[in-house]
Amino acid sequence: MGKLTVTHTIIRTEKEEALKELITGDEAIARGAWEAGVRFAAAYPGTPSTEILENIATYPEIHAEWAPNEKVALESVIGASIAGGRALAAMKHVGLNVAADPLFTFAYIGVNAGAVVITADEPGQFASQNEQDNRNYAKAAMTPMFEPSDSQECKDMLIEAFEISEKHDIPVLIRMTTRVCHSKSMVELGERREIPIKPYTKDIKKYVAVPANARPMKVKIQQNRELLKEYSNNCLWNRIELGETKTGIICSGDCYLYAREVFGESASYLKLGFTNPLPDQMIKDFASKVEKLYIIEENDPYIEQHVRALGIDCDGKNLFPLNGEMTPEVIRRVIFGEEQALDEEVQAAVVGRPPTLCAGCPHRGFFYELGKRKNVMVSGDIGCYTLASGAPYHAMETTVCMGASISLGHGAQQVFDTIEGQTPRVVSVIGDSTFFHTGLNSLLDVAYNRSKVITVVLDNRITAMTGQQQNPGSGYTIQKDVTEAVNIEALVHAMGFQHVRTINPNQLDQVKETLDWALGMDEASVIITRWPCALKKFAPWDVEEFPGAFTETYLVDQEVCIGCRKCTRTGCPAVVFQFEIKKSSIDPDKCVGCSVCAQVCPVHAIQKVEA
Amino acid sequence: MSTTNILLTGVGGQGTILASKLLTLGLIAQGYDVKMSEVHGMSQREGPVLTHVRFGEKVFSPIVEKGKADVIMGFEELEVLRNLEYLRRDGQGIVIFNRVRVNPMGVQNGKEKYPLNGEELIRARAGKLIALDAQTLARDLGTPRVMNIILLGVLIRELGLENIDWKRIIAENVKPKFVELNQKAFEMGKNLTKN
Repeated sequence: MGKLTVTHTIIRTEKEEALKELITGDEAIARGAWEAGVRFAAAYPGTPSTEILENIATYPEIHAEWAPNEKVALESVIGASIAGGRALAAMKHVGLNVAADPLFTFAYIGVNAGAVVITADEPGQFASQNEQDNRNYAKAAMTPMFEPSDSQECKDMLIEAFEISEKHDIPVLIRMTTRVCHSKSMVELGERREIPIKPYTKDIKKYVAVPANARPMKVKIQQNRELLKEYSNNCLWNRIELGETKTGIICSGDCYLYAREVFGESASYLKLGFTNPLPDQMIKDFASKVEKLYIIEENDPYIEQHVRALGIDCDGKNLFPLNGEMTPEVIRRVIFGEEQALDEEVQAAVVGRPPTLCAGCPHRGFFYELGKRKNVMVSGDIGCYTLASGAPYHAMETTVCMGASISLGHGAQQVFDTIEGQTPRVVSVIGDSTFFHTGLNSLLDVAYNRSKVITVVLDNRITAMTGQQQNPGSGYTIQKDVTEAVNIEALVHAMGFQHVRTINPNQLDQVKETLDWALGMDEASVIITRWPCALKKFAPWDVEEFPGAFTETYLVDQEVCIGCRKCTRTGCPAVVFQFEIKKSSIDPDKCVGCSVCAQVCPVHAIQKVEA
Repeated sequence: MSTTNILLTGVGGQGTILASKLLTLGLIAQGYDVKMSEVHGMSQREGPVLTHVRFGEKVFSPIVEKGKADVIMGFEELEVLRNLEYLRRDGQGIVIFNRVRVNPMGVQNGKEKYPLNGEELIRARAGKLIALDAQTLARDLGTPRVMNIILLGVLIRELGLENIDWKRIIAENVKPKFVELNQKAFEMGKNLTKN
């Protein structure tokens, strides 16, 4: 996952001459961006949207950038649009919360060249902190919205979205979901349309959203909406598929595919692809043709509430769950009461395979030590290191959203400090990419409002969790061109912090001593743990800075091992405890020589393998 | 024709992704409608992998329903067990299963036990079980890495899809210096269950 898909396999089917490819929704969006003549694209990595920009970056005609966060990505897209180039921003659902501020007012000022925002929602929460339904954003920001169900629609709707954006002078939202992003289906390929750059003209009334200008902008959006309603009722993307009329189903996105799978020709469908504004007339027509009407949609009753507001009786969330994926299984269970009995014998035998920090992960040593500290509150953030909240570390107590570790920790410390007695000391932990994303603002809060929070930047030199994306600290752009790498220590000093240390998190003595140092002061400090992700492909400067990293292995001398299992408590997947002989061993294929287990062994049974 | 449902399951790094890619390319070349779904979570070593492949004349949903998989191709024993609920329950389901165990964390640190009766449980539920040690077979060919292609060969034979030009599909999709080895692995898998 997260790997750059550079080669596109071209398939020519025997039946037809058009070039077809089996690609994911994310890849189809990238292809659509290329075909639509997009000039500029920006994103911050986030599952399941990450591969959109990674694939866009393989087209030399599009200037693609990783932005430090989604707000920055969208704002640069607004600029690109105003300057006259078609532009696209892609993000996961929670990313749009960060970018919501520019989105709402972008809808007011409108575009010069077309602009599209992709939101990739996560029904079922495979890799996210919440399950919000971003269709609500389209409604709230009054932007037109498309909901593709497969890869072909991803491409086609994106191309159409640029037309709509330019015709109606407004940014367009495309709402994808995990399955749409990551499922592969056949897509017919087209050619790139070179859209000339539109000339920029100074237009203060259009682009400066001060109250006097913005009031008429809102009126314009409302007038536009009438035209868009007409479009919604007549466009290709909303269609009625008449089968048997006993059952009628209104659905959008991947729910259409699931409903078709379950009902086949035994029902009629109103398949919605353009869902803001919704096609009132079409909905009324459809409802009048069918006996029983179901609304099948993932997460919120977005369509259902609208249908009910039209005075149409239907079944929706009164039957279907508000959470999780609306898979064919769920539909079958709700409508037909069909449910597969649990195979209890198998269930009893199965054990979990929870995610773990990799062998050699630089977070291990730090959290192993931090987890031993008493009377601290660890304020956490979003990244691989969020796993430190689980076994065996239990060294993270809060996780809310990107960047929250530092500001949440700051607020907690301010309250703790008003209480008499031994109140907790807050340690806020945040990864390098998350720090650049929104941690910077929060750290300014700590400096400015003078709390004594200990902030730890876990700098593993890459954006790791989403699959090794470059960031402002890594020294490369998305195209792997060399660029500036921010100096975190200098940055933190410039904010006004006096106590700043950079340490190697694999050296437990250093970690211990540094935590003592920070906890011993009644002032704020910043600790930067600097060691690369074990999966990182090294840059030349990494080779220079971390010589010999990940080239060694360790082994257990079982004659010396006393079976105390201290090494297994580091949570390393390379350390195996052999129950039969009550001794530890190390898998030589997994060990990359971080030496954390060797440092915790009380009898020095773990030794480096000499080359 | 009806839709055929296949699940490929294993842990990260076992080559499920290449195997499913080759499979889908072959099916497309044969003129089938194909859909495939994979959920990506965190990027880390040895995480569970589950790939859904569906093919037929016209496929709607990209995901296989529980109790409807015609074939489960398992690269790792525990992951087969975990996903066994997907197998059809009419006794017609096929399980192709690689006798490899990759211990999860809980087993490794001694907190949990890797199920010892896995193969037995699978056998009792599969209409047909093909269990093999593809890793050793692959090692005999020169590298354990082609284990995935041996398994693909077994799958293709079970699906009766030998007439597709797999040789060409492999040649077009693996690095030139590994083409011959992968083709050999594929042939080996395909011929393994003859008789």
